Amino acid sequence: MLLQAIAFYVFAAVTVGAGAGVVISRNPVYSVLFLILAFFNSAALFVLIGAEFIAMILVIVYVGAVAVLFLFVVMMLDINVAKLKEGFLDYLPVGAGIGILLFVEILWGLGVFGATSGTVSTFSKAGAQALAIDNTRAIGRVLYTQYFYLFQVAGVVLLVAMIGAIVLTLRRRPGVRRQRISDQLYRPKEDSVTVVKVPTRGGV
Amino acid sequence: MPIGLEHYLTVAGVLFTLGILGIFLNRKNVIVILMCVELMLLAVNINLVAFSVYQGNVVGQVFAMLVLTVAAAEAAIGLAILVVYFRNRGSVEVEDISAMKG
Repeated sequence: MLLQAIAFYVFAAVTVGAGAGVVISRNPVYSVLFLILAFFNSAALFVLIGAEFIAMILVIVYVGAVAVLFLFVVMMLDINVAKLKEGFLDYLPVGAGIGILLFVEILWGLGVFGATSGTVSTFSKAGAQALAIDNTRAIGRVLYTQYFYLFQVAGVVLLVAMIGAIVLTLRRRPGVRRQRISDQLYRPKEDSVTVVKVPTRGGV
Repeated sequence: MPIGLEHYLTVAGVLFTLGILGIFLNRKNVIVILMCVELMLLAVNINLVAFSVYQGNVVGQVFAMLVLTVAAAEAAIGLAILVVYFRNRGSVEVEDISAMKG
């Protein structure tokens, strides 16, 4: 139990530190790397409470896809870093004020300041673990039966996102010679063939 | 001291607040704003999974997966819009994006 507590505090501290790094780092590339660190450590937090499947999905989807996408875009765009950081300190009072307000409200909602302060609701071992099936199997049993349509809708959302991203970024560059097979196939006969009546012994 | 639900909710709250703070502080950089949105969605996921494990009900983790799906789709579309915008304007400053202000 002590080991679990130590692991939780280490992972939570690194997650929060990496989140702060995303916000305050000067270079967007470092922000993406901090984001990857935050994702990894929150995946470790998920493993600690027995949600292994979500943890692995988090690593695969977030670190493997989303963060790499961010990294590609950040490195592809030629951004003036110093100019974008202007006004960072101007917004600090307002941002910090609203942030502190929101955080106090969240803590208030958690009941930190209330009468029940100091008690900890421990995680129940009922449910997935008590059913003697592992986490992945439990999720699959619910996802593919009860929430099957929702699962399909998630697939449609991803398809729409894929098509949308392709349509948005596709462009025809002028001045590039490229074979357009459909144009070649649909070329009418009038454009390509001319019938010439050649007189006998006259030549063309 | 056992690790309970409150610990996870506090971590999620801190992450969510950091995301809000990042949106306020990096007002100019759209990429960092998108990253902060991802951070906030991660906080939401931590909440969902923590409550799911706390109640012994696996449905919360199913919904966390759906949040992940939507986050991935949002990142893809947002970055595509950003690339197109950068191609047209040559900058990613939020202040310049005012053509649809009306």
